[in-house]
Amino acid sequence: MKDYSLTNLGELEAEAIHIIREVAAEFENPVMLYSIGKDSSVMARLAEKAFYPGKVPFPLMHIDSKWKFKEMIDFRESYTKEKGWDLIVHYNKEGFEKGIGPFTHGSKVHTDVMKTQALLEGLNKYKFDAAFGGARRDEEKSRAKERIFSFRDKFHQWDPKNQRPELWNIYNAKVHKGESIRVFPISNWTELDIWQYIRLENIPIVPLYYAKMRPVVNVDGNLILADDDRMPEEVRAKAEMKMVRFRTLGCYPLTGAIESEADTIEKIVEEMMTITKSERTTRVIDFDQEGSMEQKKREGYF
Amino acid sequence: MDIKSFLDQDQKKDLLRLLTAGSVDDGKSTLIGRLLFDSKKLYEDQLSTLERDSKRVGHAGEEIDYALLLDGLKAEREQGITIDVAYRYFSTAKRKFIIADTPGHEQYTRNMVTGASTANLAIILVNAQTGIITQTKRHTFLVSLLGIKHIVLAVNKMDLVDYSQEVFDNICEDYMSFVTQLDIPDLTCIPMSALKGDNVVEPSVNMPWYHGQGMLEFLETVHIGSDRNFRDLRYPVQYVLRPDREFRGFASRIASGIIKKGDEIIVLPSMKTSKVKSIVTYDGEKDYAFPPQSTTITLEDEIDISRGDMIVHTDNRPRIERHFEAMLVWMDETPMDLSTHFFIKHTTNNAKARIDKVQYKVDVNTLQKLEVGHFELNEIGRVVITTTKPLFFDPYTKNRQTGAFILIDPVTHNTSAVGMIIDQLSSKDLPSRITNMDKEKIARGEALISRDERVAKYNQEGETIWITGIHGSGKNELAFTLEKKLFDNGATAVLLDGSSVRLGLNRELDYSPTDQAEHLRRVAHVCRLLNDQGIIAVCSFISPDESIRRQVAEIIGKDRFHLIHMDASTEYCHKNNAEFYEKAKNGEIENIPGFDLPYDVPEDAVFKFNPEENGSNAEIILEYLAKKKIYPVK
Repeated sequence: MKDYSLTNLGELEAEAIHIIREVAAEFENPVMLYSIGKDSSVMARLAEKAFYPGKVPFPLMHIDSKWKFKEMIDFRESYTKEKGWDLIVHYNKEGFEKGIGPFTHGSKVHTDVMKTQALLEGLNKYKFDAAFGGARRDEEKSRAKERIFSFRDKFHQWDPKNQRPELWNIYNAKVHKGESIRVFPISNWTELDIWQYIRLENIPIVPLYYAKMRPVVNVDGNLILADDDRMPEEVRAKAEMKMVRFRTLGCYPLTGAIESEADTIEKIVEEMMTITKSERTTRVIDFDQEGSMEQKKREGYF
Repeated sequence: MDIKSFLDQDQKKDLLRLLTAGSVDDGKSTLIGRLLFDSKKLYEDQLSTLERDSKRVGHAGEEIDYALLLDGLKAEREQGITIDVAYRYFSTAKRKFIIADTPGHEQYTRNMVTGASTANLAIILVNAQTGIITQTKRHTFLVSLLGIKHIVLAVNKMDLVDYSQEVFDNICEDYMSFVTQLDIPDLTCIPMSALKGDNVVEPSVNMPWYHGQGMLEFLETVHIGSDRNFRDLRYPVQYVLRPDREFRGFASRIASGIIKKGDEIIVLPSMKTSKVKSIVTYDGEKDYAFPPQSTTITLEDEIDISRGDMIVHTDNRPRIERHFEAMLVWMDETPMDLSTHFFIKHTTNNAKARIDKVQYKVDVNTLQKLEVGHFELNEIGRVVITTTKPLFFDPYTKNRQTGAFILIDPVTHNTSAVGMIIDQLSSKDLPSRITNMDKEKIARGEALISRDERVAKYNQEGETIWITGIHGSGKNELAFTLEKKLFDNGATAVLLDGSSVRLGLNRELDYSPTDQAEHLRRVAHVCRLLNDQGIIAVCSFISPDESIRRQVAEIIGKDRFHLIHMDASTEYCHKNNAEFYEKAKNGEIENIPGFDLPYDVPEDAVFKFNPEENGSNAEIILEYLAKKKIYPVK
């Protein structure tokens, strides 16, 4: 007897592929936002699967805050080249020239100028009407109620109180000119699903996710990588070598490392099954103010 | 077990999507909080944030207020109510779970319906102290309306009724007698105390009289594999892949049924047949695919297929219709307006739709049917819908994927309503607003003579032969010949053509597109009246517009409308009506279809005729009428 049942990962994959194809079919000019992180890696693989044996009919866009880890940029270049992706890299030129950065301006200003504003600039510049993001509902409280097709007005704003109902797998793709949709094909995946899928599918990820001896500085309880000369020298002087890895990868130095021995994908999955702290504890930006993610999202951040 | 085989095992887990319904008083948040907490899905930092928030803004006194964990958005937290659907995730060694957490208040029916649309199972919470209340019934009705097959009635707060078996049994009995009027194949009752932990994760020591499963154990073991429809193949084409000249792949998320290599298939609406050549995936070719997989197939033959088409097995087809009845839930702040032309999205198909009639509204608290003219936010009821093109559907109770649709407001683009198709509607019962008014007028005369009596008297069915074609194509020649032959053979027929109708009935109308539409609408109604009284109508009208021809067919009744196309060459027409076209060329007359206005060549004509064979063409129609038993019936 044939088996007609799908595993959890199989079902999540089928759902994500359906969503990705739906956007490609209903929108004129979609783009996939690519952060180089693990979720982006999974999302890019799902897109490759969705259009196989054809080429993915939309580009990847990386919003470069100019404060990404070096290893991430190297990974981005080699990965997109190997897979034949169209890659757009966009950054906020004005912010960059003003020297906006987390050390000098604080995490709030940096995120606002170099991430949120840069993203809006990029979306406007290419007139994208749909943008895929790798956000998951289990990441953060305000995400739990976000739609898979999340409507944005012409100023890219999200109105949590005025979201379109989303039933079955029928997605309302109607937008007026200038309005757009953010699409989250991996909404229903958990952090553990992501890791299991990376293992199952053998998806390449940035080496920073694997544990290694690295120089780190303890800043307010966060282990910040100290291999970058943009970090003030007096801070860097306090660095010590530790076996660490990254659980999430945001902006350097807004993302903290965790102490870990997990240097293989199996060990990472195992660690994820037993870890007692949530994913976003290593993201410094979240601690700014309560409901800070919701605030950022209203303003147009992912 | 080594780590690799452990992980291999772990990723074979399946997925259960469930809905929780109930209010704060029923302890819903506590139940979810405990499931998350006991399955280690609550992290330390979330727990400490929760403890901090509980003291600051919580509504649970000194206890941890789990609702704070679940209510995501700031506005909700301040008001202390959940205003939307929130999704929670947890997994155990056996399964992964997605919880759609929805609030219980009546005004949030739309959220509950949203959460239920993707769920396999619903937990309905009741407070053991209050038992089954109106809200419980409302939730159960909505859950059954959305086609959820498994319901768990969680009788919570058993600690507050001394863990009494009698209380539990009474509540279950009450509930059972209520649900008999609904369609719920699998129902389980569990006595519980979410706060104290009885029968949530651990079996209760306080209720030795209960021998069933605890909540988590039940959720881990309930069999959902056979809930899917594996019988009826419905393959809605979502995307066409053409990476190179050779490869044409049709991508779809299989709605239902199994598709296998070699299967004989038919494509809707083109009705072209072929065989499945291959099933292509990134992970290699497959011999078969099943729902809800997203896959790509290729076919043996080159057939024109686009998004919105549906591939099905030749011997198992869905309904193909433009009119159907549905249960509709109104989701928009703006009330229903019967004059709106909505966008409808159904599987991968987009069309326009209008609500023809509201049959009744269901009072979600009493399940009574009420007569209303329209729906407001959160109201539910039965309606008749007409779409601009046929949809390929099944009744929702048979197929959740092909029975569901959404209506989108053409101006605001909000999702105004969501619907579940009950079934198609025969055109006899079509309550189109125009025909309705007429029905009432005609009804007085018709009541005295039955349709059968008329058929017996005339030995014919009252139907319409509608001949379309541009000026000079030979419509009138054919119509007049046909009328004469019908008359000679003993049939009762009436001929209608443009000039005779415009002489009297429609004399104030000109040739502008608006007046043209009105002209044909009136003619259609005349045909309808004649047909209703058993008379055959032979019509000769240019009727260049496809949408207007459809409207005509709708007024007359699709199954008694027979379209004939006079397909003459332009040269023939110009020669046949030289004087007319000369004036047109000089600009003395305008608005001429096929000249300065478009003429939509019909694709659904019964016959396409060459005008140079008018004599035999009329014979062909007579044969057709005989074969169809329109005339003679006996």
